[in-house]
Amino acid sequence: MINTLIGDIGHASVIVAFVAAIVSSYAYFMASRAKVEATGDNSWRNLARGAFYVHGAAVLLVVFALFNIIYEHRYEYYYAWSHSSNHLPVYYMISCFWEGQEGSFLLWIFWHVLLGVVLMNSGKKNKMWEAPVMAMFSFVQLFLTSMILGVVIGDVKIGSSPFILMRDFMTDAPVFAMDPNFVPQDGTGLNPLLQNYWMVIHPPTLFLGFAATLVPFAFAMAGLWKGKFTEWVKPALPWSHFAAGILGVGIIMGAYWAYETLNFGGYWNWDPVENAVYIPWLVLVGAIHTMIAFRRGKSGLKASYILVISSFLLILYATFLTRSGILGNASVHSFTDLGLSGQLFAYLAAFAVLAIGLLVYKWKSIPTTEKELSTYNGEFWVFIGAAVLCLAGFQVLVTTSIPVYNSFLGFIGIESNAALPADQIEHYTKFQLWAGVGIALLTGIGQLLWWQKGEKTKSSFLDSIMLPGMLTLLFASLIIVLSKLGAFPETVDNPVYITLLVAALFAVFANLSIILNLLHKKVSLSGGAVSHIGIALMLIGILFSSGYSNIISQNTSGMLYSREFPEEINRDNVLLWRNTPVEMDKYTVSYHGQYLEVKDVPEYVNRELLFPTADEYKAIARADIKVNDKVYFKTGDTLELHSPENTYYKVEYKEREGDDQFTLYPRAQVNPNMGLLASPDIKHFADKDLYSHVSSVPDPSEEKDWGELQEYEVAAGDTIILNDYVAVFNGIEPIKEVPGVVLGEGDVAVQADMKIYGERKDYHAHPVLMIKDQMMGRLPEEIADLGLRITFLNIDTENNRFKIGVNATQKDYIILKAMEKPLVNVLWIGTILMAVGFTMAIVRRNQEGPGAAKAPRPKKPRKVQAA
Amino acid sequence: MKKTHIIGIIIIALSIGIIMSSVGDASTYVSFDEAIERAEDGNTTKVHVVGRLKKDAKGHIVGMNYDPLVDPNYFTFTLVDTNRVEQQVVYFNPKPQDFDRSEQVVITGNMQNNVFVADKILLKCPSKYVEKEIQQNTASL
Repeated sequence: MINTLIGDIGHASVIVAFVAAIVSSYAYFMASRAKVEATGDNSWRNLARGAFYVHGAAVLLVVFALFNIIYEHRYEYYYAWSHSSNHLPVYYMISCFWEGQEGSFLLWIFWHVLLGVVLMNSGKKNKMWEAPVMAMFSFVQLFLTSMILGVVIGDVKIGSSPFILMRDFMTDAPVFAMDPNFVPQDGTGLNPLLQNYWMVIHPPTLFLGFAATLVPFAFAMAGLWKGKFTEWVKPALPWSHFAAGILGVGIIMGAYWAYETLNFGGYWNWDPVENAVYIPWLVLVGAIHTMIAFRRGKSGLKASYILVISSFLLILYATFLTRSGILGNASVHSFTDLGLSGQLFAYLAAFAVLAIGLLVYKWKSIPTTEKELSTYNGEFWVFIGAAVLCLAGFQVLVTTSIPVYNSFLGFIGIESNAALPADQIEHYTKFQLWAGVGIALLTGIGQLLWWQKGEKTKSSFLDSIMLPGMLTLLFASLIIVLSKLGAFPETVDNPVYITLLVAALFAVFANLSIILNLLHKKVSLSGGAVSHIGIALMLIGILFSSGYSNIISQNTSGMLYSREFPEEINRDNVLLWRNTPVEMDKYTVSYHGQYLEVKDVPEYVNRELLFPTADEYKAIARADIKVNDKVYFKTGDTLELHSPENTYYKVEYKEREGDDQFTLYPRAQVNPNMGLLASPDIKHFADKDLYSHVSSVPDPSEEKDWGELQEYEVAAGDTIILNDYVAVFNGIEPIKEVPGVVLGEGDVAVQADMKIYGERKDYHAHPVLMIKDQMMGRLPEEIADLGLRITFLNIDTENNRFKIGVNATQKDYIILKAMEKPLVNVLWIGTILMAVGFTMAIVRRNQEGPGAAKAPRPKKPRKVQAA
Repeated sequence: MKKTHIIGIIIIALSIGIIMSSVGDASTYVSFDEAIERAEDGNTTKVHVVGRLKKDAKGHIVGMNYDPLVDPNYFTFTLVDTNRVEQQVVYFNPKPQDFDRSEQVVITGNMQNNVFVADKILLKCPSKYVEKEIQQNTASL
């Protein structure tokens, strides 16, 4: 039966949340007026608070309703039908929640509610800020809830409701004309690439980062509005750290997901969707630096305003880019276009006009200092660092926006056919790499100057830079010389890469010396140094894992399709026949068949041991399923499959000179909508990752092409040759149970017992012949390793002779691509350090007593990408 | 001149440099005719071409070949661009798995030896993220 109640509750709650946001923003606006503040009249503020709590409660109800629809498999709702399915485990139902645009908006709204409540209650010190800051919050919520409103006024559709019923969404589907109460039995499922644990935590993290950028923005706007031009920086600073830390971690989580799940061979692809978040992050980090410099030296206030406002507007721009469909051909994985582009543009435009207008209007009133910063002053270098960060962001922005220029020019009637650069990696790398060099050097220099005691002069600076500088040169030369001597698999000789390496090492040593100095003073101040080391390590990790990524699956078979291309063409994929080893770099690699994931068995199970049933999520064991001699299931047991659409290809790596040996299971998935999706399997070593994925496999959904049936007449004990393999026919035996078949009274089943001698091992085949309901039935057995299918055709009971049939097919194969990613772990370690540093900085900035303006801590950089 | 002014000028100069370089690196969407013209002029910059796969009357794809058993890194197909010009395309990589289902194909590359050598293929599948058909056979109450 259709349950319309839950959808109605959800939809009504969205409307309540929307209206409450209007009330709250209006009341907070009224409460912020100077007149009201002066009289101490709290009535507007109390109304606004009440409205915001109503808004929050309504949002929780919406979240509950949407999750209920997914959790209870209410497929009468389009959202559940298009994002979930019956077999989805609970933790992936959480991912379904935000797979769609509406759900991800809801997630964003939810975080804003949470942050708003924290701000409202964060005690006395924010009292003067509550009304103007929360007015901004409620105003943002008004726009965001309107995105999921799903209300039609006249011809204008406002928002897209997640609570739309199937029959209202697909009004043309004939099934609803026949029966309006039709409920689909199953959903179409979650996009298989999103069925990954990172997809459970990456979106909430990223959206928390998105939501957190609103806080410094709201404080900056409140400061402008209320004429508190300098005071807003202090409460906004810990929130900026929070936003930048969370956003940074969220970005890297997304990168790690891509590394583990997609098969483009890396963690960063310069896709517009990735860039859209990277840009505001860079600008926000720049903003943190100017704010810190302002806290210490009273200069940089205007820059802080510009950068805080830009980072928020860039988040809105990112939302517009990824959700409006404007990217079109340019992105592989932006959201589906829901026709919200007008509304998204209004959201972006409203805040851009409001923020920029207010800033321009008050520009003259913002206090500035006439003080000239000396070159030996830390703050000076902090500003340069922020400028480099913003330039790096600007470069990505200019290129990523190319599809927008096309649309805009088309809109005003000029045809434009500009496309993103053909080689994006090269294009971005040539800037971002140098930005990385600049940032690494500046973190070192800036930090050393920032923490310098006493007189800031050339000589005292030279003193402090001496030790880290020498260590850097020593280490860098050591690495270069060792690599020349062949101590590492790669030779470090590219001058550009060496420059980045030296800069990053310098950043590590300079910041390390600062931590050592702070150790016996106040360690809690070293958050900046820790996160800067993190950034420097990330740069080193990126440099090696991308710049020295090494494809080991080179096709050296000498077989080439075309020889008309003399230049080096791509030979990065190798054909692996089943059970036929191939030499690859220092490994001997062989492919050993297809495996599936079975519930309650710790390892993947060979597909040949599983007899498929009508329900694809169930299979019957053909033999005992054991791992390390422990039997998990007995022959004939029914097994549950986690995800029958996933096939794991067993690939064994053996070191030729050495004992190292390991097995990888790269995955491929047949998906009715997206074709075949391959995901890598990664072997982690301390100093590198070995990354392997199948690039092509024979389509598992396609029927195999079996050769002609060859018949043999045998007696027990006979030896025959089957397609080059020696086989012995041992005899037959009656059996009581046939997997997948119910035998009734009078039914008979016998199986033949054959042994086939393969190249690597021997195989037993038991084709079954049965008489069920007076009909002859045959259950052939397939030996995929040998490409044979054996059918028990007939019994000649009088002469005790048996007829078997054999078909042969092409042997199974995979096309494999494998590469090494040196030092990729350094990137992840750097990310963790960066997050630790940010956390230390939040704690410390939050503890700062009122008026404690003397404060340290500088720069934060990041990122280059070389492949 | 104040130091801030000098820095400001440097930043503006760098920004202009960035914009110029982006304009220089930006590729364009062209037709095969134009791609061939460029190659004849000795221009080897890479371009984008949008097209559809060549299909026969029954909807089968024609002019496509991928035989991993011979060379896993060689895939060729025929693309018809928006001006209905046909061109053989070579891709030195395995065949993308959802290729056959694609509605529209965007390739990046240039003409070499009378074939278009693509180094990137972007597929637009009609139903990549939203499916519009309900399985009628699951109908029951």
